[in-house]
Amino acid sequence: MSLWEYANPRKFMTTTDRMVGPAFWLAGICLLAGLIWGFFFTPNDFRQGATVKIIYLHVPSAMMAINAWVMMLVASLIWLVRRHHVSALAAKAAAPIGMTMTLIAIFTGAVWGQPTWGTWWEWDPRLTSFLILLLFYFGYMALWSAVDDPDTAADLTSYLCLVGSIFAILSRYAVNFWNQGLHQGSSVFRAAAVTGTDTEEKVSNVFFLPLLLSMAGFVALFIALVLLRTRSEVRLRRIHALETKERMA
Amino acid sequence: MMAELGKHTFEVLLAYAGSLALLAALVSVSIAQARRGKQRLDEAEARQPAK
Repeated sequence: MSLWEYANPRKFMTTTDRMVGPAFWLAGICLLAGLIWGFFFTPNDFRQGATVKIIYLHVPSAMMAINAWVMMLVASLIWLVRRHHVSALAAKAAAPIGMTMTLIAIFTGAVWGQPTWGTWWEWDPRLTSFLILLLFYFGYMALWSAVDDPDTAADLTSYLCLVGSIFAILSRYAVNFWNQGLHQGSSVFRAAAVTGTDTEEKVSNVFFLPLLLSMAGFVALFIALVLLRTRSEVRLRRIHALETKERMA
Repeated sequence: MMAELGKHTFEVLLAYAGSLALLAALVSVSIAQARRGKQRLDEAEARQPAK
């Protein structure tokens, strides 16, 4: 069996039909458990106070904002190289999800930043690169809507996705590249923490375990939504083909 | 049962309310679009002459 079998819309639809429901259930369970655990059953941080509870939304949404673009990049490359329509439609389907995740990350960051940094917004490298990533999401979605021919739209948006990937990478590594600004470096997953050379603070297990659950919930929700939305896009493409056939008859 | 939010009650509740509202909107719109698309496809296929 080859992975490329799923590039066949019919095969994709039959396979994913059984996956969407369980993915939504998994997302709901992980999100509810992670957020309830984090909100009600974790202590306040000795420095941040209760605002530490925003971490359960901010970190997973920021992670998915970047990962959604990475998924779109892979799907776009598959479209450009192998011309599989399902991959182009999957990239299109992921964009509104990534855009929402970016909005949540910026919003929760601003709400957390006001009491902690004393400002809602700062032109810090990471914040700025996230804002640019959000604009790329808007531009990507607008470009899909602006071009009538689906294959041309898929081509153009794929190239835009390649360019936007620079900002997706910058969003992740801006703190390391510029080493300045208000936003701290990663305190959740760091290579140095794994290799044992870590000397910086990292998030305590009291906060980390519910955060891990919440992150799993966001990942599952992303998968569920991408599958659901890609299936809708495949159906729309089929409707378009049938309606064109009717007009030609 | 209520978490002790102290002086940050407004900020924490605002972050949760805003984020959950955005997530709920995204899920609702996606499900509504999926249902509408399925219904439209069923209608379009029903209009096709039998082979």
